[in-house]
Amino acid sequence: MAWIWFHKLGSPPHFYRLAGRMTPWFAWPALLLCLGGLYGGLVSAPADYQQGEGFRIIYVHAPAAWLSVMIYSAMAVYAAVGRIWRINVCHALAASCAGIGASFTLVALVTGSLWGRPMWGTYWEWDPRLTSELVLLFLYLGYMGLRSAIDDTARADRASAVLAIVGAVNVPIIHYSVTWWNSLHQAPSVMKFGKSSMPASMLIPLLMMLLGFTLFFVAIMLVRARGEVLRRERGAQWVAEAAVEA
Amino acid sequence: MHWLQMGGYWPWVWPSYGLTLLVVVLNIVTARRSLRAARAEVRRRLQMQRSNP
Repeated sequence: MAWIWFHKLGSPPHFYRLAGRMTPWFAWPALLLCLGGLYGGLVSAPADYQQGEGFRIIYVHAPAAWLSVMIYSAMAVYAAVGRIWRINVCHALAASCAGIGASFTLVALVTGSLWGRPMWGTYWEWDPRLTSELVLLFLYLGYMGLRSAIDDTARADRASAVLAIVGAVNVPIIHYSVTWWNSLHQAPSVMKFGKSSMPASMLIPLLMMLLGFTLFFVAIMLVRARGEVLRRERGAQWVAEAAVEA
Repeated sequence: MHWLQMGGYWPWVWPSYGLTLLVVVLNIVTARRSLRAARAEVRRRLQMQRSNP
């Protein structure tokens, strides 16, 4: 009885309609949180005593880096659920995650480089955190390349799901790279157990940006997944009705 | 003007924000386009089915 909602979510018409209704509920709070976070981060937060105004890059770098890892984790979970229970909607969700994840991984790498130049004196260093993040970008690109290389959707789903699941081993490596090895990258200052090492005036805008980016990802993923579901189910009667309604 | 200078860090701060904004906008545009293309494809199929029953 408790699993009925889960099985209902696996139904493409139910998912398509629910995702359409839910998207604005994620998109508008995301916009408000990001605007608030930007104001807090760019205007009201004080300059860092060591990094000066350059620290403000953190308000786009940290949310992008968080999304890069979180989206990959979500993609691997969707792929695993799709593979194990053969739920097509989960494969559609996993496929929808890849492009968004790759774009934010690129943002995390580039903004990290732009921060690194004035702070470390170099745009790039083969540091464990940077290298594992670069591997994550290649995993996303590999997943997308594999999917587009296989014409049959069911085969593409199965093959890409294996890659997504195996690649998930990189997620804890990224997270713990700064504690397992000597790293130029700073240790976690927000997402660590106990008290954050940032003052509230800096931390609150960052948390707003983190939440705003997360909600933005969900909204975009739902829009992409709706298109993916329509393409997969194009022969079904409900799709004809949905296309006429739209 | 002083705020835009970002204490001399503007060559790194503003490109970071610019790139992020660009990626956010591109994500919105591509997601909407992808859904619109899928709907158009379904409508095309429907029209073809109606014209060739």
